[in-house]
Amino acid sequence: MVKKKIIVCRCEDLTLDEVERAIDEGYTDLEELRKKLRIGMGPCQGRVCLPIVMKILERKTGKKIPKTSLPTARPPIVPVPLGTLASDKK
Amino acid sequence: MIKKTDVVIIGGGVNGCSLAYNLAKRGVDVVLFEKKYLSSGATGACGAGIRQQWSTKENALLAIESVKIFEKLSSELGEDIELRQGGYLIVIHDKKEMKQAEKNVDMQRSLGLKVDILEPDEINDIVPILDVKGMHAIGATFCPTDGHANPFKTTFAYANAARKHGAKLYTHTTVNKILVRDKNVVGVSTDKGNVKTDVVVNAAGIDSKFIAEKIGVSLPIEPYRKEIMATERFKPLFDAMVISFKDGIYFSQQREGQIVGGIPISNERSGYKTMPTFAFLQHMAKTLTRYAPVLKNINMLRHWTGFYDVTPDARPILGETPGMKGFIQCNGFSGHGFMISPMVTKILSDYIAAGKTSDILESLSLNRFKDKKIDREMSVVG
Repeated sequence: MVKKKIIVCRCEDLTLDEVERAIDEGYTDLEELRKKLRIGMGPCQGRVCLPIVMKILERKTGKKIPKTSLPTARPPIVPVPLGTLASDKK
Repeated sequence: MIKKTDVVIIGGGVNGCSLAYNLAKRGVDVVLFEKKYLSSGATGACGAGIRQQWSTKENALLAIESVKIFEKLSSELGEDIELRQGGYLIVIHDKKEMKQAEKNVDMQRSLGLKVDILEPDEINDIVPILDVKGMHAIGATFCPTDGHANPFKTTFAYANAARKHGAKLYTHTTVNKILVRDKNVVGVSTDKGNVKTDVVVNAAGIDSKFIAEKIGVSLPIEPYRKEIMATERFKPLFDAMVISFKDGIYFSQQREGQIVGGIPISNERSGYKTMPTFAFLQHMAKTLTRYAPVLKNINMLRHWTGFYDVTPDARPILGETPGMKGFIQCNGFSGHGFMISPMVTKILSDYIAAGKTSDILESLSLNRFKDKKIDREMSVVG
């Protein structure tokens, strides 16, 4: 099946098939889906996958996801090396 | 919505869902209400650790019995909870800590736990990337059966198994009121309707205090914001969770390869603030790269906050409320609710389903705060 080859989340190597299966299993809450599949927990923080996953979820459930209920964005937005954070250099 | 049930559980964290499963499995009618989504509170923000090395006998016992349940949980629930037992390495920095560690280890061994005190040169056998000098370590304790599991997957697995046994779980549903008649719980009122019940379990984390207040029950719980971060993934370098009570740091490398860890920042006061701070990031990065300098080129990815619901003795409040029949507490976990949830909910389900009490349940009752000589848990981290 081609669905097993379509990557939805590049950080976590998630396929369309995996996302659809989780939704079919009852993970129809975007947050629960995220926590089950780790969507948005990689280096891109969901910039790539989240809009796609929302579309898949909306298509499968027929319910619109309000923009206000998006998962919280976590600092520092872009990855920062621990050594840089630990440094006192200005 | 359902109109009547044996038990209502407020809160869809790991303890609420696990209790729903344990009760439903025994044939009890259970309804669970969660105001957001499952694992949305402390469970979903936690560090995922499972530790048996505690200073109080109750916590050690609860954790030891919980690990026995965790070890079989994936097969019992039919879903992988991603348990990994890589041990907990507790760094010891000075003579005072060593004295407490020796006392703790004696007590833990008397309960049958395998735990050892390590010399400084044995630390790198367990976690090769640690800088023993940089940590100022004079030793460590190590328990190989400690570890971590995935808190989301554990909660979801409990919830799914609970539903299979007939429990009804309502998310995005808020309990507004607990209905009481003559000091007896008789039901709850939610934003989606009322349910009659004789038993209400308060497993709402930091909101437990407000829920209890609604019916005049005062719980000595204070919320503390705790911060935690995750790095990018990299190849497996170590299996153990590393913690230090003196520095407050804890970190482990999780199954996917990321390091997850936290540390308290100084002068943190009780309150409901949720914003992450830069002070934390800097303090965490400094301490972590002091403990393991090799990590300085690893990227930090995400940083979030969660709450500890802290009681005066850092131990949970469990069981029926004196003077309010049918009102069961399951809160005040003080930062270690996930790791003791299997045993906590087994004990509570024994009480709720069969009226069976136990020494542990009695010792963790709300009643204990009337006694001024409380036995405080010393081994709290983060």
